[in-house]
Amino acid sequence: MNSGDTAWVLVSAALVLLMTPGLAFFYGGMVRSRGVLNMLMMSLGSIGVVGVLWVLVGYSTAFGSDVGGVGLLGDPTEFFGLSSLLGEDQLSDSIPTMAFVGFQAMFAILTVALVSGAIADRARFGPWLLFAALWAVVVYFPVAHWVFAFDSTDDAGTVTAVGGWIANRIAAIDFAGGTAVHINAGAAALALALVLGKRTGWPKDPGKPHNLPFVVLGAGLLWFGWFGFNAGSALAADTTAAVVLVNTLVATSAAMLGWLLVERIRDGHATTLGAASGIVAGLVAITPACSSVTPLGAIAVGAITGAVCALSVSLKFRFGYDDSLDVVGVHLVGGLMGTLLVGLFASASAPAGVDGLFYGGGLDQLWRQAVGAVAVLVYSFVLSLVLALLVKAVVGFRLGEEDEAVGIDETEHAEAAYHFSDSGSARRAPVAADDVERELEGSRA
Amino acid sequence: MKLVTAIVQPSKLDDLKDELGRLGVLGMTVSQAQGYGRQKGRTEVYRGAEYPVDFVAKLRVEVLVDESAVDEVVDGVVRAVRTGQVGDGKVWVTAVDTVVRVRTGETGPEAI
Repeated sequence: MNSGDTAWVLVSAALVLLMTPGLAFFYGGMVRSRGVLNMLMMSLGSIGVVGVLWVLVGYSTAFGSDVGGVGLLGDPTEFFGLSSLLGEDQLSDSIPTMAFVGFQAMFAILTVALVSGAIADRARFGPWLLFAALWAVVVYFPVAHWVFAFDSTDDAGTVTAVGGWIANRIAAIDFAGGTAVHINAGAAALALALVLGKRTGWPKDPGKPHNLPFVVLGAGLLWFGWFGFNAGSALAADTTAAVVLVNTLVATSAAMLGWLLVERIRDGHATTLGAASGIVAGLVAITPACSSVTPLGAIAVGAITGAVCALSVSLKFRFGYDDSLDVVGVHLVGGLMGTLLVGLFASASAPAGVDGLFYGGGLDQLWRQAVGAVAVLVYSFVLSLVLALLVKAVVGFRLGEEDEAVGIDETEHAEAAYHFSDSGSARRAPVAADDVERELEGSRA
Repeated sequence: MKLVTAIVQPSKLDDLKDELGRLGVLGMTVSQAQGYGRQKGRTEVYRGAEYPVDFVAKLRVEVLVDESAVDEVVDGVVRAVRTGQVGDGKVWVTAVDTVVRVRTGETGPEAI
């Protein structure tokens, strides 16, 4: 065990957990004030549901022994409860296996939370939790196996334990989850938006963001946590982690500029929401590519994706699906861009790079990237559609029209985010009121 | 007695308050207001989606004054809040039948 590596992965795990409340603020600021709490709660709910499931079946399904040796699924029962991983001899390369377990748990949580942005203001909270649980088990855990479970080999190079098919058979490069996290979440978001339908009044009234400072706060927390997400994926405190950290910085910077440039030319103004959105688009794009491009390549990946995502967020108006907070435009499109651009900008001089098209490597890596991206896109979209229809049929998924008008915070959570006046809101406690009444009667008697 | 009502740019409130203080006006009521005049509203853009905003934030300032001071007060308001740009607002004067100071029960000009 290497204590430096272990320390870095444990800190990275904590950084990645912070991304989910960060995402909650990023999304929460973008909805109307009457729905901000529900938006935060969908992210917090993901932490609860997926955190527990990870211990029960998640880690096993993603990183357990491959069932049948075809790279589709880990054995879901292998590490049930994780008790078998508690010993000091339980190591994963240079770190305790439990450090890896915790780190990967945060990825599962964040991915589920990302999906919720598509269904702001109209999904009931209980059915969302049910969907989150089903989706994690049926979609995320297997896809994480495809992308993140690497073959184990002995010294002679013989495979001793089979890992996921995308990581090993296809050899697509996805360092920290462009396919498993972003394309996966984006495709699920599209399916959910289609099943739940449009918000009342959309697209005439898409609803303005009620708190842009929240959006920037959330984007900042996401960026901060993303250094753990990407650089922590090196699973060691080493050169790879350092290169990844720099690439994560510069790609994101370039993406923000790319998004703002499109806005300045198209709309006449560089906006705050555009800057925050460009940051997230850049983070998404560099996630798969961060270990296989040079810093200049990272700038290219970021700038291109920032501009493309700025243009893509209007697709929903053209095609008529209500993806409330642009999970498709930012995560699906951004994830596809980052994953495919690896095939163009990857360089053998980067830690985990092979030469892509622009570095003389031809089309070899590009088709590998495309197969991985399309496979996850199709699998996630189809299964998400089925699960959403199932939840809709069994318990109902959507808020009633009247409740939507009143506001989801009040109808689903019996709370309001902001209290500008306390008049007329004295605590109403039936039992206590009866007591007062009895006392009054007693004093009259 | 007259009620002078002014719809003004929020940024000009302090200037207006100072000016009315110099003219000896002792009280004022300020409320947040939204509206539009000839120039209409403005447009906001979020992720490329345009939202026309018809109603612009203004302040509504009301002061009760004696007949004799009306012209001076109206001139003072206009002087204090004018920027020369569109959206500077309006001032109007309405007649007031009765004024009662709640604390003392005084009525008429003494109650202002």
